[in-house]
Parts: sequence; structure tokens; C-alpha cells
Amino acid sequence: MSPELQQVGREEFVLNMGPHHPATHGVLRFVLHTDGEIMRRAVPEVGYLHRGLEKLAEAHTYAAYVPFTDRINYLESMFCNQVWSMAVERLLGLQVPRRAEYLRVIACELNRIANHCIALGSIAMDVGAYTPFVYLLREREAINDLLEALCGNRLTYHYVRIGGVAHDVDEGWQGKVRAYLDHLEPILDELHSLVGGNEILVRRLGGVAVICASDAVGWGLVGPNLRASGVDWDLRRDRPYSVYPELSFEVPVGRGEQGQVGDCYDRWTVRVAEMRQSVRLLRQALERLPAGDILAKVPRSIKPPAGEVYQPVEGARGELGLYLVSDGSPKPSRAKWRSSSFAALSIVEHLSRGLMIADLVALIASLDPIAPEVDR
Amino acid sequence: MSPAEELATCQAALAGALGEAPTVGGAAPDPAGAAAPAGDAWLEVPAARWREACRAARDLPELGFDFLRSLAGVDRPEAGRIDVVAHLFSYRHRRALVLRTSLERAAPELDSVAQVWPAADWHERELWDLLGVRLRGHPDLRRLLLPEDWPGHPLRKDWQEPAEYRGIPTRREARATAGELAKQTYLAPRGLGRDPAGGQPDGGGGA
Amino acid sequence: MESLVQHLSARWSLGPWGQELLAAAAILLVAALVFVVALTYAGIITWVERRVAGRTQSRVGPNRVGPFGFLQWLADGAKMILKEDVIPAQADGPMFRLAPYACMLGVFTAFVSVPFGQLLIAADLNVGILFLLAITSLVVVGVLMAGWASNNKWSLLGGVRSAAQIVSYELPAGLAVLVVVLGAGSLSMQDIVRAQGGAPWNWFVFRDPFCLVAFFLYFTAAVAEGNRTPFDLPEAESELVAGYNTEYSGIRFGGFFLGEFANIYLLSAIATSLFLGGWQVPGVSPAEQAGSVWLQLLGFAIFFAKAWALVFVVVWLRWTLPRLRVDQLMGLCYRYLIPLAFACLLGTSLLLLAVVPGSALDLGLRLGTTGLGALGGALFAWRVAHHIRRAGDRVSLDVLQRGARGAFDPAWQTRRYGAFRKAARGQEER
Repeated sequence: MSPELQQVGREEFVLNMGPHHPATHGVLRFVLHTDGEIMRRAVPEVGYLHRGLEKLAEAHTYAAYVPFTDRINYLESMFCNQVWSMAVERLLGLQVPRRAEYLRVIACELNRIANHCIALGSIAMDVGAYTPFVYLLREREAINDLLEALCGNRLTYHYVRIGGVAHDVDEGWQGKVRAYLDHLEPILDELHSLVGGNEILVRRLGGVAVICASDAVGWGLVGPNLRASGVDWDLRRDRPYSVYPELSFEVPVGRGEQGQVGDCYDRWTVRVAEMRQSVRLLRQALERLPAGDILAKVPRSIKPPAGEVYQPVEGARGELGLYLVSDGSPKPSRAKWRSSSFAALSIVEHLSRGLMIADLVALIASLDPIAPEVDR
Repeated sequence: MSPAEELATCQAALAGALGEAPTVGGAAPDPAGAAAPAGDAWLEVPAARWREACRAARDLPELGFDFLRSLAGVDRPEAGRIDVVAHLFSYRHRRALVLRTSLERAAPELDSVAQVWPAADWHERELWDLLGVRLRGHPDLRRLLLPEDWPGHPLRKDWQEPAEYRGIPTRREARATAGELAKQTYLAPRGLGRDPAGGQPDGGGGA
Repeated sequence: MESLVQHLSARWSLGPWGQELLAAAAILLVAALVFVVALTYAGIITWVERRVAGRTQSRVGPNRVGPFGFLQWLADGAKMILKEDVIPAQADGPMFRLAPYACMLGVFTAFVSVPFGQLLIAADLNVGILFLLAITSLVVVGVLMAGWASNNKWSLLGGVRSAAQIVSYELPAGLAVLVVVLGAGSLSMQDIVRAQGGAPWNWFVFRDPFCLVAFFLYFTAAVAEGNRTPFDLPEAESELVAGYNTEYSGIRFGGFFLGEFANIYLLSAIATSLFLGGWQVPGVSPAEQAGSVWLQLLGFAIFFAKAWALVFVVVWLRWTLPRLRVDQLMGLCYRYLIPLAFACLLGTSLLLLAVVPGSALDLGLRLGTTGLGALGGALFAWRVAHHIRRAGDRVSLDVLQRGARGAFDPAWQTRRYGAFRKAARGQEER
């Protein structure tokens, strides 16, 4: 064999996927080392959306930083608000009124449904089906309307504040949410049977990019990605916070319906099932919403005693953590965000070997990373 | 098990593995469990035993901390230290632990734990990137979020934002001036924006 | 056409050179006519695609230019011509410039031997279907040229994918066509249409069960050759950015674009001629039809309706289905479609030997297959109706007091915004 021929199959084809690429949600970049269509290695390069939000926290007072938390992750800003507020409340030893806790749960669960709409839509879009995305966007639009009616914002909510929530609900708002839930539930069934049951979608997602439970735990995957790998864990149930202990719901876990446990299809089904559970939670929370204050008595100038907390919250993408250090001054001394997308992206290189380009796209979509949350 | 008991268990187990007991710090939980403490408590180990302690925390059956939630660095210039804080969690025992070590601020160096938890890989790269902590034995210690040639490590308290990066001004006022400058240099060779006497268009700088 | 040229040259008493020139002019005229018709069809398909996509996705689609936005394709065409034609500095210039023409050539030349009606065909070649199969393969050359000349890795991947895909899917398409050719005994498009009849049970698709399968084989393979979803891997947006036409802009991009859309009509027209009875009017023999202008028009309308129904199906598929992966695409072709096509070929050949044309058995076979097809269609319609019923009144559900009818009316947002603006203006004035 000639030396040229011996080189065949040993060379690498280096492709630059992103930062502007239709399948990189937001501004992500992957350097793909491939052998034709088959991946040798996909190396994520992040940082394009680094805004220094952790440094900014050190320059702002506790209350003034709340709007910044919206920008940590624009698809689940309610959870970012919540985790910041909860961390500060723990440092202050503040008790949040029950009505506020219920309103937080309602707002967060609505936000979770909206987030999963985008997540499922982009999974479908990245395997080539454009239409489900539009329909899911339509459902999300209705949630945006509901949340706009609640807090005046459609994307960066700035609703959960330290000590409670910003606004009480209007007359009749709960009825609108109930009507929306009645409308959503059959759609979820139809979505799962029509889109999730599509043979091509099943073949594109089933058995692809399997993450085993030990890998998922080791790489720090959380939330739907972790549960899809068969780890039965949900902070809302297992480390209860807020008023979740008073509400009943189930934690869906990946069962490998169309392949192996932990494949892309499981990450799809777990999200669909989670939306159903969110609907269930919302109904209960609306039912039990107590009367009372929506904001605790918060000191005008928030100066928590020196100390530090790590506050986790079960966000739409799983554990969203905040490590907050106070030195007793009005500004935090250090804030570190532990985001689920960060962990989800870091596993991509480990999984990429042997995948095809099309599989990589499905994997990225099914992990549902959001670039601003990775880069902060 | 109360938080205080949990912490004591972990301390005992780690003491067994390391041969010296890690010190308890932070808001120590009230042994009586009467009032919830305001903050978290932690176990502090010496920097030289960091990797050993992490490995023990993961591998000892009574600890089993398989999930690295977060690995953060805290700059404390008044003490001349940089603290590295690992938030661990065990799915088996359903308990959390804060493990901490402290480094010399002048030349912070620490053993990498990327082999213990794969998740530590990116957290450590971020630690190097934003706080300048060198991780010994890290497989690929590059900056994570910032460009390789970025000056300094921004999460240090004494970090000063440079006036410009690769000729790009970082302040808004400076940017406006730079725009003016660009216009002048662009227009000048064609004889525009420059008065016939050869003075500077802003009327100030012609020496 | 030939007789017209002879008639005119006799009348104007032209010499041999004059006759040649006249013939050349006539050919050019016809060619220009076919090109314009093909372009128009391609343009109209872009409008159809965008309207259908809009409706599929609960949107409106283009509705500003002309009635129902019908003139949108003209506006788009004008825009594309006016846009800058960017050629990347690192691209292989001549090849980059030529590629769209190779693509368009493959598609638009094929229109020459595709019938629009009984007498409406530019050239009824006696090897018509072979010509079509051969000339449409030229598209792959254009795609490969574009992929290579762009000097972009995504384009290259798209080009290579496309070449593999088109070459592979030629096989099942060709075999499925052969099933028809066996039955018709001719390669000429018009002869194949003439061998069928106006009524569905006289169409080739319902002649026997093998032909029914062959129809679906041909249709699938043709959609794959046209790079349409679910087989649009060469330009898979979420994987390859835009595949081989990533670097193209302006009218050169328009060339690929029009080629692709003309190809949709082409595959539908070929399927109509081969399987769905073409321009045949039920109860009228081809000879009778040739004698009457009205029957000609009716035949044209019938052909038009069938072909555009298939165009609709192709568009519908695109907005409904996800995309296959490369290995699955190849697996589908080589593991399922080709063996199935061979089986159909064998089955039809045996039936041709066994069943005498015109016999009771032949008629029974035809009617039985038609019944089978009708049953399938009815089942499909029932399923669709069932799903629509299950969706129930959700479509008009009152969310946020949008009013019963406007619950998910796409224009609702616009109207509300308008009302909001009007109210705000009113307040300002006060």
C-alpha cells in the first residue's frame, strides 16, 4: 500500500460548529474532529456570552442584583430570582409569607412548562421537524401572557423578590391559569403521541448518546438529564423547600422506552412527563393559595450577617445552585452560580466519540443547554 | 440525622482516612438543633491533603459523595488567602458536605480533583480562569470563559479592568473618543476634516 | 411543430438555409416557452410551500403581495436578482459560478419531455423516461460542484451527502419506473399515458398490487432525489447550516432554489404520467380527446389537478416529518427500497405472463387493487377526522379573553397591538 493510502482514515476533518450555527442554542462553539460524518471528538468552547455576572454581584447590593439574576438564564429566570432570594433569606433568617411561597411555586411551575416547551421544540427542530416548535412556542406564548399579567414582564420576570414576591395576583388570574391548564393537558398528550411517537423521531433519538447513571452523577448532570439516566432524584421531593412538601406529585424517571435508559429519547419523555407533573402541581397550588401578605418585612438596607450558604433549587434544567458569601456589608462578597447547562455541556466531549454529526446535534438539543447560563 | 451529627460523621470518617481531623468552620450547627443556623458549616482540610480528602469523600462507603455540585474560589485579600470550596452531595446517603481548603494568595496552587469527579474539570478551568488558581495535574488547564491572553484574573478583588483589550476600549466614554479618533485618522489622509493650516481637527493637539 | 415549420417555409418560399433558421427559431421559441413555464411553476410552488407551511404551523404565511400573497414569488425573485452575488475569496471562482447552472440545467431540461396535456409536450421522445432519469442526474454534478467550489467544509459535507443520496435513490426510482415500462411496453411518456385510462382502475397505480407498491417506491425515491424532508440531509439546516448552498447568495442561490422547487413539480408530473393516468379523461379515448379543444382543456385540467395534488403532498411531508440520519437514509434505500423494487418488478413480470389483458381476471385485479387503495385512503381520512375530533373545541378555547374565535388566531396579536396603540394615542391626545 502506498503511504498516501495508509493515511486514509487516519486524518481528521476539523469542523467549526458555531458560534453561529443553527443547532447551537445561543452562542456556543464546538470544534469537531471528525472522520467524515463520524465524530472523533467534539470539544465545546464556551465564553462567548460571559458577562461577568459573578463579578457584578460584588458591586451591587443584594436587592439591586435581583434583575441581574434574570439574565443568568432567560428561559428560567423565575428560578434564578428564586434561588437568589432564598439564599439571601437564609442568610437573613427571614420567614417568607405562605401566600408568597405559593405564588413562587405557581410562577416557577409555569416557567418550567414554558421552558420545557422550548426544550422539546428545539429537540424536534434539531432532528428536522420544524412544526412542533411553532406549536410549542404558541403554548409558551400563552404562558408569557399569563406571567405578563402576573408581573408585567414576558421574559425577564424580576418577580420573586427577597422576602416574597413583587405583585399579588389580579382578580380572575387564577381562573385564566386553570383554563390554560385545561387547554394544555390534551395538547401534551397529543404532543407525545404525535411527535414523540413519530417513527423517524424515535429512531433519531432512541438509543442515541446514552448516558449511564454513574456518568450522569459523575459529570454532575442534574434535573431531567439526570432523571433520564435513571436516577430517581428531585430536590422538590427529596430535599423539600418552599411549600413543595404540601403538594403531591411524581418524579418521572427515564425507562428506556425506545432504546436504553439515558438515551436522547428518555430525555424527551422525562420532559414531557415533567410538564404533566407541573400541571398537577399548579392545580394544587392554585387550589390552596392562602390569603395573606406577599412580602415579609424586609429591612430597607439588607445587610446579612457574615456567613455563607449554598442554596439549591430544582430549576427547569435541574439543580440551580447559588453559593453566596456575605461579609456583613450591604454587598455580597462572592456569588457563584452552579448552573445545570455548565455540567451538561462539559459532558459533551466525553460522549461525542463515535457519534455522527446528526447525533451530536440531537444530543446537544436533548441536554437543553443555554449559553448564557454556561458563561454567566 | 441532624446536620450537626452528619457533620460529625463526615469529620470522623475523613479524620480516619487522612490521619488528622479536618477543622469545622462557619456557622456551626447548634447541637441541640433548636434554631436553624443562618449559614452553612464546612470542614477545612490542609491544601496539601486536598486530593486525598476529596478521594476519601467520594470513595469511603460511609461518605460516598459522588456528586460535585460546585467548586468555587473565594478571594480574601485582607487575609491574604484564596479559599477553594467544594460543595458535595451524596445520592446514596442523601446528605451534603462543604469541603474547604485555603491557599496562599500570592501563588495559589492546588492538586486537581478532575480525576475524582469528572465534573471538576470545567470548574477547575474556571477557577484558573477567574481566580488564577493553578491546578496541578489537571488534564487541560486552559482558560474557560475568557480569551487566553486576557490580562489577570477578574474575580480577584484587586483586579482592575484594563483600559483596552487588543485595541478595543473597555469603557463607553473611551469608546466614543476612539470613534472620533478613527474618523480623524480615516479622513485625514484624504485632506478631509483637517484644516489647511495642518492643525488638528479638535483644535487641541497640534504641537 | 414540424408541420408548422414546413407550412411556413412553403408559404414564405424559404430556401434550405431559411428553413434551418426558421426551425432553429421555432426550437428556441419552444425552449423559452418551456423554461418560462417551468420557472413560473417553480415560483408558484415557493408560494404554495410558504402558504401550506403557514397553515401547517398555525401561522398566516405570506399575505401582503397580491391576493393571498400570490405574487410573493415575483417579489422574492426580484429581490434575489437585485441582491449582491457574493463569491467568497477562497472559492473556486469559475466552478462556483457554474454550479447553479448545472443544477438548473438538470431540472429544467427535463421539462422538455414531460407532458402537460395530450398535445402539450415539447418533445415526446421515444426514450422519454430514460431521458428524464438521465438528465435529472445532472443535478448531482451541480450539487457536488457547489459543495466543492465553495471551499467550505459544511458545503463539502452537504455536497458529498447529496451525491451519495441521489446516486443511491436513482436505483429504486429506476426500478419502479421499469415496472410501469413493462406494463406499457414503451419508454415514451405519451405512450405510457395512452396505455392507461381515465378511470382510476385503468391507471397503472391500481393495475396490480405490485404497481401500487411501485408507486410509493417511486414517490419516496423521487422525494429523496429532490433533497426534500425527510430526506433533506444535503441541506440539513440544524446539522450542516445550509449544506451545499451555504455560501451562495443572490440569484445564484435563487438558481438552486428554483431548481429544487421545479424538481418538486417534475417528480409530481412524472408520477402523474406514469402512475396516475396523466391527462386521460374518464370515458374518452385518446383519439376522441385529440379532436376536441374542450376535451384537451379538460385533460390539461385533470393533469394539472393530479400533479399539483402530489406537489401538495411533498410540501406537506416537509412540514410534518423530522429528518433521517445519513446511515438510516442509506439503510432505507439499500435494505428496503431496492429489494422491494426488485420484488415488484418480478411480480409484475409474472402477472404480465399469467394475466391476459382485458380478461375478467385482469379487471378483477384492477378493481381489487383500486378497492385496496380506496380502503387505505378511507382509513387515513378516518384517522385524520378522529384526531381533529379529539382536538375538539380546544382550537377556540378562551385563553386570556381572546374571544371565542380569536383564541389562537395568528392575527390576534396584531389586532390587539393595534387596539393598544390606538388607546395609547387617545390618552395622549386627552
